[in-house]
Amino acid sequence: MFDTEFFNLGYLDRLSYQDTLIHRIDPRIKLFSAASFIVAVISFPKYSISGLFPFFLFPILFIALGDIPVRLILKKVLVVSPFALFVGIFNPLFDSRPALEVPGFTVSCGWVSFASIMLKFTLAISTALLLIATTSFPGICFALQKLRIPKAFVAQLLFLYRYIIVLMEETMKIIRARDMRSFGKRGNEMKHFVPLISVLFIRTVDRAERVYHAMLARGFNGKIYSARSYALTMADMLFIFTSIGLILLFRVVNLSKLIGRWTTG
Amino acid sequence: MSHHLVEFKDIHFRYPDGTLALNGISFRISRGESVGIVGANGAGKSTLLMHINGYLLPASGSIVIGDLQLDKQTRQEIRKKVGFVFQNPDDQLFMPTVYDDVAFGPLNLGISPDRVADRVDEALGTVGCLKLKSKPPHHLSAGQKSSVAIATVIAMHPDILVMDEPASNLDPKSRRQLINLLKVFEHTKIVASHDLDLILDVCKRCIVIKEGRVAADGPTEAILSDNILLEENNLELPLTLQR
Amino acid sequence: MHMADALLSPAVGTTFWAGALATIAYCSKKLKETMDERMVPLMGVLGAFIFAAQMINFTIPATGSSGHLGGGMILAVILGPYAAFIVMASVLTVQALFFADGGLLALGCNIWNLGIYPCFIAYPLIYKLLVSSGSTPGRITIASLISGVVGLQLGAFSVVIETLLSGRSELPFGTFVLLMQPVHLGIGIVEGFVTAGVINFIRSARPEILESTFSACPLSAGVSLKKVLIGLLIVALLTGGALSWFASANPDGLEWSIEKTFGKPELPEQDQGIAHALKKIQEITAFLPDYSFRKTEGKIESTEPEKKEAAWPKVEAGTSLSGVVGSTIVISMVLLIGFSVKAMRKKPKPE
Repeated sequence: MFDTEFFNLGYLDRLSYQDTLIHRIDPRIKLFSAASFIVAVISFPKYSISGLFPFFLFPILFIALGDIPVRLILKKVLVVSPFALFVGIFNPLFDSRPALEVPGFTVSCGWVSFASIMLKFTLAISTALLLIATTSFPGICFALQKLRIPKAFVAQLLFLYRYIIVLMEETMKIIRARDMRSFGKRGNEMKHFVPLISVLFIRTVDRAERVYHAMLARGFNGKIYSARSYALTMADMLFIFTSIGLILLFRVVNLSKLIGRWTTG
Repeated sequence: MSHHLVEFKDIHFRYPDGTLALNGISFRISRGESVGIVGANGAGKSTLLMHINGYLLPASGSIVIGDLQLDKQTRQEIRKKVGFVFQNPDDQLFMPTVYDDVAFGPLNLGISPDRVADRVDEALGTVGCLKLKSKPPHHLSAGQKSSVAIATVIAMHPDILVMDEPASNLDPKSRRQLINLLKVFEHTKIVASHDLDLILDVCKRCIVIKEGRVAADGPTEAILSDNILLEENNLELPLTLQR
Repeated sequence: MHMADALLSPAVGTTFWAGALATIAYCSKKLKETMDERMVPLMGVLGAFIFAAQMINFTIPATGSSGHLGGGMILAVILGPYAAFIVMASVLTVQALFFADGGLLALGCNIWNLGIYPCFIAYPLIYKLLVSSGSTPGRITIASLISGVVGLQLGAFSVVIETLLSGRSELPFGTFVLLMQPVHLGIGIVEGFVTAGVINFIRSARPEILESTFSACPLSAGVSLKKVLIGLLIVALLTGGALSWFASANPDGLEWSIEKTFGKPELPEQDQGIAHALKKIQEITAFLPDYSFRKTEGKIESTEPEKKEAAWPKVEAGTSLSGVVGSTIVISMVLLIGFSVKAMRKKPKPE
């Protein structure tokens, strides 16, 4: 399980450094659009379903334009769904008022609200994943900094990001060593976990010491400078206006019902 | 102005846990020299190196780098002249991208961002890694990390280049590239390593450290072919000298 | 448990985000004033440590099930509350982005639930208090256990409140609480033991780590009993307020959900006592928001058949025929757009 998570993280990270149309859009713009998108989606009332469908345009376009493998996104959405599923599934149990009568069976309001939750979940989660998949993490940190998130926090994010892979490699070595010497559940116990974690912790602190030395050696005096700059382009402005416009449109007008009425007379 | 660049006079240093790491080290290094530091594990090599850029301060004795006597106040200034390359590049590359890492030093020196950009290009060009500029460090191979680590240091235009086991994680080809690079550098070089063949290739002079003291100090060829001396220090003949 | 976007309403989500951001800003400022610069790499690397450590599974003795570490408490002990909070917030941010744990809007709630409670309540009010008068391994274990359990209970309860206030879930308060709290009690105990184990290990192996990091963050010396009591009182008020608001706005609500859960039409004696006491507290805390009324109205209506008609307008006509047809058309169009875009891009672009 550790191995797959490790490689997944690396995969998503690698995707974020690609160079496509979507990747080149300014990170601030993408962050703002993603946030507006998510707020719009979850602002739909409890029993909305059809109004949500047009919103799928966004993740699908991002996937198509950004060269993101669909299977990756779907798999990840599935993997993190347990909690929402767990809470949502109680809706049909507690809310059994009928909502739709179809010859043969009745769909209860509870199922409607459950479906609404799952749709919103899919939209929100895929947006978060696509945001990082099309914007490198340092890009997002830049956007956060420009949004006046405190520099101390942004610096922390960047250091954390840099050393996650390093720590995970070290942890992987330790786990492999443990697994090679344990048999089934024996050896995986909590009482072995504690020294394992403690050793990792101490090694981490030692590493921090060395990194600190490296920083001092290159003149670190407490201040973190940012050396990058992004300028907003026409493409960025076009993107933001179009996406906000569409988000508002889809939120206010239920396109599914409209189209449905036209076609069914 | 003395023509010695680095001068250690009777340096003593004890770690907080009581280990006496340096027990009377003295030597002088002139501008442009290339010096190898060799010795058994625990002899004091790394401790010695960490004094050169003032990360550690001696308990007694004096260290002079350039015109400055090393102490708490001067070490920031000294670090501008001493470029330290660590054994593990992951400790040294701590910024999100290669560009940010190489720019870190010059930015701390107060150089303007435009001129910093030039320095970054120059440094990366020297080590042959210009195309890696916007990559994050964890996407680099060990050899690339090693080269970029050197770039982060030379971008500061130091007078002295100090290196701790520079080739320990490199494959033969990357190692050879590193050696060729070092031979071209005109900085004063101080290299600590177990890789005696590298020392033989890169350093004209060699200092042997034993139990916190200088056991030998002379031309590399002579020192590294002295069998008895080598054996006393848990070393052996470099492969190129073995027949 | 991480909160999920889909269970949130915009109002609740953005409120908690505001709270999380305010705390981040406050801690950043505090750190700038008091922090030793060597903390900068330490915080980053420890964050990576927590991240990696959370992925290691271990089996819990006597149950055979697997558990894993949260980490907030260890961070708070080693780094102090302000730095620990920043580190937890950063780890949660990376998890929200790379692992989609919960979602971006829920990140605000998660930072609150998994950061504020361990770092600013459990640690200062419980751990520090118990350990300040002598830090023997025994004391450390007890302190870690209690603070671990409390921190997690608060966090779990917070999730319930957030879900409730958002009104997207039908889970009644009582059931939800009964599902969340016991599970998190177990997790809290495990976390407490692991935290104690690690701290004691470090104390014996490398004591200077604990000493040096403590001296690097000069926290307000000692926690007075008065402050502890005030803190606990605030927590109690908030909890009581939430419970009472729920109970009073929907006087039958608490009993109703208990009935649903237990299948008993009659309440056990003490519960009636609670409902009564809560109504009293409600008078003090009447300022709490009321947008859950819609939901509670729905509940009342569902138990009174003649009000059923009033419930209908709430259900969106999206379940009607035109809605279904329209949705199908829309989703097909969207997929078509997606495929054509992909196909167009596969053609070699004229350079």
